[in-house]
Amino acid sequence: MSDLLAALNSLRERLKEIPQADERRLQELKTELLGRKAGALTDILKGLPALDPETRRTIGGAANALKRDLAHAIAARELELKRGATALADVDLTLPGRPQWRGGVHIVTQVVDEICDIFKELGFTRVVGPEAETERYNFYALNFPKDHPALDAQDSFYLGGDVLLRTHTSPVQIRTLESYPPPIRIVVPGRCYRRDPFDASHSPVFEQIEGFAVDEGITFVDFKATLAAFARRIFSPTTKVRFRPSYFPFTEPSAEMDVQCQICGGSGCAACKQTGWMEILGSGMVHPAVLENCKLDSEKYTGFAWGMGPERIAMLRYGIPDIRLFFDSDVRFLEQFIR
Amino acid sequence: MIVSRRWLESLLGRPLEGRDVSDRLARQVAPVDGVVPIHQDLREVLVARVLEVRQHPNADRLSLCVVDAGGAAPLEVVCGAPNVQAGKAYPFAPAGATLPGGLKLERRKIRGVESNGMLCSAKELGLGVDHAGILELQTDAPPGTPFLEAVPIADEQIIIDVSANRPDLLCHKGVARELAVSLAATVKLPPIPASASQSPVTRKDRGVVDGVEVRVDDPEGAPRYMIAVIRGVKVQPSPPWLATRLQGIGQRSINNIVDATNYILFEVNQPLHAFDLAKLRGPAVVVRRATSGERIVTLDGVERKLTPEMTVICDDQRPQIVAGVMGSAESEISAATTDIVLECAYFQPTRIRRTRRALGVSSESSYRFERGIDMLGMPEAMGRAIDLIRALAGGEMREPPIDLWPEPQKSRSVFLRDARVGHLLGVPVPRKEIERLLSAVGFVAAPKDDRLAVQIPGWRPDVTREVDLIEEVARLRGYDSFPDELRPYRPGTVPDAPAELTLHRIREQLVASGNGLLEARTLPFGPADGPDAVAVLNPLSAEEAHLRSRLLPGLIRRVEYNWAMGNRDVRLFEVGTVFRASGRPTDRPAEELHLAIVLTGARHPPHWTDSTNAAKLPDMDIWDLKQHFELAVGLAAGSDDVQPAANGSGWGPLEADAPKWAAPLFGLEVKIVVAPPSPVRYQPLPSQPSVVRDISLVLPGSVTAGAVDVVLRRQGGRLLERLDVLDEYRGAGLPAGTRGVTWRCTFRAPDKTLTEREAVEVLERMLRAAEADLDVHRRQA
Ligand SMILES: [Zn+2]
Repeated sequence: MSDLLAALNSLRERLKEIPQADERRLQELKTELLGRKAGALTDILKGLPALDPETRRTIGGAANALKRDLAHAIAARELELKRGATALADVDLTLPGRPQWRGGVHIVTQVVDEICDIFKELGFTRVVGPEAETERYNFYALNFPKDHPALDAQDSFYLGGDVLLRTHTSPVQIRTLESYPPPIRIVVPGRCYRRDPFDASHSPVFEQIEGFAVDEGITFVDFKATLAAFARRIFSPTTKVRFRPSYFPFTEPSAEMDVQCQICGGSGCAACKQTGWMEILGSGMVHPAVLENCKLDSEKYTGFAWGMGPERIAMLRYGIPDIRLFFDSDVRFLEQFIR
Repeated sequence: MIVSRRWLESLLGRPLEGRDVSDRLARQVAPVDGVVPIHQDLREVLVARVLEVRQHPNADRLSLCVVDAGGAAPLEVVCGAPNVQAGKAYPFAPAGATLPGGLKLERRKIRGVESNGMLCSAKELGLGVDHAGILELQTDAPPGTPFLEAVPIADEQIIIDVSANRPDLLCHKGVARELAVSLAATVKLPPIPASASQSPVTRKDRGVVDGVEVRVDDPEGAPRYMIAVIRGVKVQPSPPWLATRLQGIGQRSINNIVDATNYILFEVNQPLHAFDLAKLRGPAVVVRRATSGERIVTLDGVERKLTPEMTVICDDQRPQIVAGVMGSAESEISAATTDIVLECAYFQPTRIRRTRRALGVSSESSYRFERGIDMLGMPEAMGRAIDLIRALAGGEMREPPIDLWPEPQKSRSVFLRDARVGHLLGVPVPRKEIERLLSAVGFVAAPKDDRLAVQIPGWRPDVTREVDLIEEVARLRGYDSFPDELRPYRPGTVPDAPAELTLHRIREQLVASGNGLLEARTLPFGPADGPDAVAVLNPLSAEEAHLRSRLLPGLIRRVEYNWAMGNRDVRLFEVGTVFRASGRPTDRPAEELHLAIVLTGARHPPHWTDSTNAAKLPDMDIWDLKQHFELAVGLAAGSDDVQPAANGSGWGPLEADAPKWAAPLFGLEVKIVVAPPSPVRYQPLPSQPSVVRDISLVLPGSVTAGAVDVVLRRQGGRLLERLDVLDEYRGAGLPAGTRGVTWRCTFRAPDKTLTEREAVEVLERMLRAAEADLDVHRRQA
């Protein structure tokens, strides 16, 4: 009899294991202790009829109590596990949570969206145009003289005849003027193509964002104000900007906008060639010939236009050293810009 | 365009600082790409004084010098030059210094005596060809002074990014003219001893000068053409001042005649060509169009085929020069030349541009002719060139130069309204200020009625209309002087492009958690990817000779790149333009927006609660792709009306160059239909209980679940609220060639409680139809 009592006591010891058991262990314990076929306690209870009555009463009472306690503890633990209300003390919560794959929009798309959103606040809508263009839209309606060295900077991929891949988003200026009356305020993101070899700072395919405003009474002051406001929004409210003379056939006066070097803050470093400034965009007042080419009265209407490279802005901003990284699509690169 | 700081100083008569010049030019004139000090390879060379010269103990030809190089003690230096003298100063490269060309001097024994450095010749310093001996310095600088501080060869190259419209900035005079405005200085060309040369004689299109017949048969190609003949010149090396000037801007000194023409080119932007009179048959100089098939061997030794689109300068018989582009070796100036013919011309810019593009050569001259030189400034440039040549090489002129100018032009005038200046710039600029700014750079403004009549100088071919003058006013005043406060504006008439909104929505969904796709932007070039692929006429390489007509091939290449980088889990999507040939190659190709997705690798990122054996992580399979396909179709097409991508690519497993450890690759591509998102309407939440029944059906091999689904839904009608696949089973207990599929049917009536009996009636009807239409029946339990 003392053997049986000892067995029951050692089984009772197992009660302590129950609150710590995980789901699998709990099922094992349940089978081991209470299993209908081979459970340890079940064996004892099965053997009761063969005992003398007194022993049967004593052992039977203890065994049934233990059975009740075990069943109770297991049920409680099962409920606990089900609720997930695991005792904090038992779990190492510094272990990482269950992950899911995360997706992300390309960093260049993000920068394009950010730029377009800033201009949206300044009243510009977002439009697009075709990537294959004719020379008329890409050059001549934009006041590029025929056979002029200005075309050298626009080394183009030709598809046949006078059809080429656009070298800038500016043809959309013409397409818009042909379809809508002023006032016009648009930004035009899109892919552009130039026959540059693919290296760390050049890509034959790049993104550009065109901006274009035409109305009565738009002046050089409006032009400077709009672009300076943009620069302060995308960099910082205290960023200094400067405008310098430049040349584009479709703007006059033409200007380039620099912002204070974002790396050295203007004191001069290798990135800004010691000038303290970084070139951000080319721009100017719309050349009257562009308006005239679209049958608009250039005495009445004036405007401004600009073009900028989101890849370049992304490189400046995030310290990306090589433009090819944008096109490699290495998932370790793309994942860095998930937000 | 490279300009020399020292050269500018000589024109402006004042010292300049490279950085300051760069900043002034950038703000008012043109961007500066850099300021580069020259002779930096001489930084380590010092001025040294020789104290004592002794015979080298072991060599007759060598001497042993005691040299003061500014150090604590004099140094012993072995020297091989015959001209070394005690008491004189020489450039000295101490041991350890690196000389031009990269030679690093070591302290070493020469014939048994240790030498602590080297006294240098001009050649060793890269400053000239004179190697007769070491370079004697006329300097009072104390020993040890850096060589560059003691001699006037230090200079800075200012590299100006001159735009295509400003040929006037392609010379030192033009740059100095602009700088003079902000420095309040004046530009004066350094004097050359005048040779009392006579003014040119103007003729229409032919004439004779000193026995040389000159004729312009192509006045369109050469609207103005001047020739001078100088006899008895002595061709020799240029004097140091001239060689230094040219070297300062990276030009090689050749001889006094050629250097003189180059000097004038970089001083006043007038290309000149000198040729050897003795080599000219006739002697004659004939300007004409080349004939078809005519050939010339240019200076670079290449035989070039000419066309009638090109202008050539010929002697009595054959072309000597491709006008404005390149001369030939035949008539080049040589050491033996005594009589020269000097050409000063204006060649038609587009003619030059076409010629140099057709021939694939360009030169300093063609670069300038192509942009337009100052036709009115030619006599002055010619006179200066003659003076310089005669000052350097002697010679005499028996007759004045001839000036063939069939249609003389006067300077142009452009009218400028002061009101228009304020109208465009947004700030009124007083007339006085406009006049002051314009006249500072050579415009001559005179009031006429309520306007200014502005005479345009010949060096500004870019200024042709009022707005060009307004730009001049703005830049000379300084763009920074205009305010930049925002003013009210009217909203535009152009709506947002629906395509941009659609793409935005698609991207947002695909990157959302649960889909977890990364956006790729691939180059749209590659090999032809279909019968409609558009060829690029001038591709960068043969592998990139076509525009994509599908996105998937490019994305597969990106997956392969990722595999090469060791990345196994790759989930990419791209939305972008694809091109398809439409009709003739001279038509614009059709452009479509496509969406493509590629998937490979684990279905989930690994987690520590997973089996510790990472290999057990499930990889993505066709059903993951199917989910993305359904998503893509929903997003891109907005309906079930799917346009599979061109060439039937649709969706499925993809072939790729995969490493052994890679998971299967799946992909899809759909055409994006730009449309607003389908409208959403609120559905009342169900207030009646539902009845749920599961049915297991046996499908013959040819029957798809999709077909059964259609039949069941049709019969289920409005009471069948949902129909979901629970399970597919193949194997034991089923007739061969069949499979079991279990659906869960949820019935609900919107307006009343559905009884079991009513639900079962509908279910029976569904089953009967499936059996009748598709030979599908219920599986026996
Ligand atoms: Zn910096």
